[in-house]
Amino acid sequence: MRFSTFSYSSLGKKIYMAILGLLLVSFVTVHLIGNLALLSPDKDTFNKYSHFLTHDIGGIILVAEILIFAFFFFHFLYALVVQWNNWKARPIGYKKVKNAGGASKKTIMSTTMIYTGLIIIIWLVIHLLNFKYGEEVMYTTKDGMLIRDLYATVTGYFSNIWNVIFYDVVMILLALHLSHGFWSAFQSLGLNGPRFMKFIRGFGYLYAIVLGAGFVFIPVWVYLTIGGAR
Amino acid sequence: MENNNLTIKLKVWRQENAGAKGKFVDYTIDDVNPDMSFLEMLDELNEELIKKDDLPIEFDNDCREGICGMCGMVINGTAHGPKSGTTTCEVRMRQFKDGETILIEPWRARPFPVIKDLVVDRSAFDRIMVAGGYIDVKTGSAPDAHTVLVPKENADLAMDMAACIGCGACVAACPNASASLFVGAKVSQFALLPQGQPEATKRVEAMVAQMDEEGFGACSNHGECEAVCPKNISILAIARMRREYWKASVH
Repeated sequence: MRFSTFSYSSLGKKIYMAILGLLLVSFVTVHLIGNLALLSPDKDTFNKYSHFLTHDIGGIILVAEILIFAFFFFHFLYALVVQWNNWKARPIGYKKVKNAGGASKKTIMSTTMIYTGLIIIIWLVIHLLNFKYGEEVMYTTKDGMLIRDLYATVTGYFSNIWNVIFYDVVMILLALHLSHGFWSAFQSLGLNGPRFMKFIRGFGYLYAIVLGAGFVFIPVWVYLTIGGAR
Repeated sequence: MENNNLTIKLKVWRQENAGAKGKFVDYTIDDVNPDMSFLEMLDELNEELIKKDDLPIEFDNDCREGICGMCGMVINGTAHGPKSGTTTCEVRMRQFKDGETILIEPWRARPFPVIKDLVVDRSAFDRIMVAGGYIDVKTGSAPDAHTVLVPKENADLAMDMAACIGCGACVAACPNASASLFVGAKVSQFALLPQGQPEATKRVEAMVAQMDEEGFGACSNHGECEAVCPKNISILAIARMRREYWKASVH
């Protein structure tokens, strides 16, 4: 089969989306683990981790950023193309659609993937502007390094309850997106069978809950301990 | 004997021909025997319509015992009606309440244009089958049973896949109007058997290309197809088709 045939087919596009989706899953997992440094009462922990990523690993960070951007970009681009074709496949809709139940895996999460995805992409721009490209405060760590105080930027942002709520709502949408997306990626890749299906669906939900809970918890913790609640 | 007969209100999609603009038309039918099949109820209604010099409601049907794959309509928002694992002809009127309004729509998909009323053109499925849903072998006399060894599990699974009657409910129920379950079943029934191996890569490539060519949507793994499939074919057929596609991609 020609590479172009594979790439333009409905199956190929979904296979690419699944691979990109799983790469993004690995990114957000590492991101969450990194964010846990915000829970440390010593601000140097988080700031040193941030400094390590942006300065100590040299060109790797640039390569990683370009790759992650590409993962988001192409995952979303393929989503738009696939969704557009899917809408075109039923020009006249039904007057009434009832979920068939039984063996169906259709949920509010599975039918709103394009919308939760769109919100996450828009939010991502705001997220980068707030933090990565946000206010740059420099400070000296306890061991005398002059580095950026990203901790101050983050805790400052989350001292506003509305920022916490906005962030957490988007994180819940991310969890909903992943609750369908995680197992669905395996099915799209053809990696599924009668026993694996039960495992991967359960694991997908568990993963979405744990990841969502982690991302939701950190701003709440920051707000309660350092931010506006004090 | 007590009379349990039902009065049923219908809202049926009527469309004169492929080019015409259709609309829902209301009908009321009294004295419906609860043991009647759904199609018998429509037959009764059509008799009345003919007596009134009206045009009867067109709908596809043939065997009326759930094995031919001709019938199919979306009843109250579900393809083949409320019960899973049945075709439209297997729906019985006792599944409905007295005085209930039943909404009847044709399969809705761009590759399944309405020909008239509830009849849609499913020849897109035939073209997918022509593209690769067969094996090229000289038949002749039957070989000895042990000439080609087939594991029992594979034989059973291939039989499950071959149970597909091509009714199109999977397309009708899919939020994306995807034909993946149909093509998945047809690819799998060959992929599971040794006789299907020589043409496996060519087959999956050609059938998927034809499926896309017809304008069906992509599969988002909603699984509505499996829930409405009269033969309960699992979406694992779709996963198998994707594995076959992977294999073909490196061929």
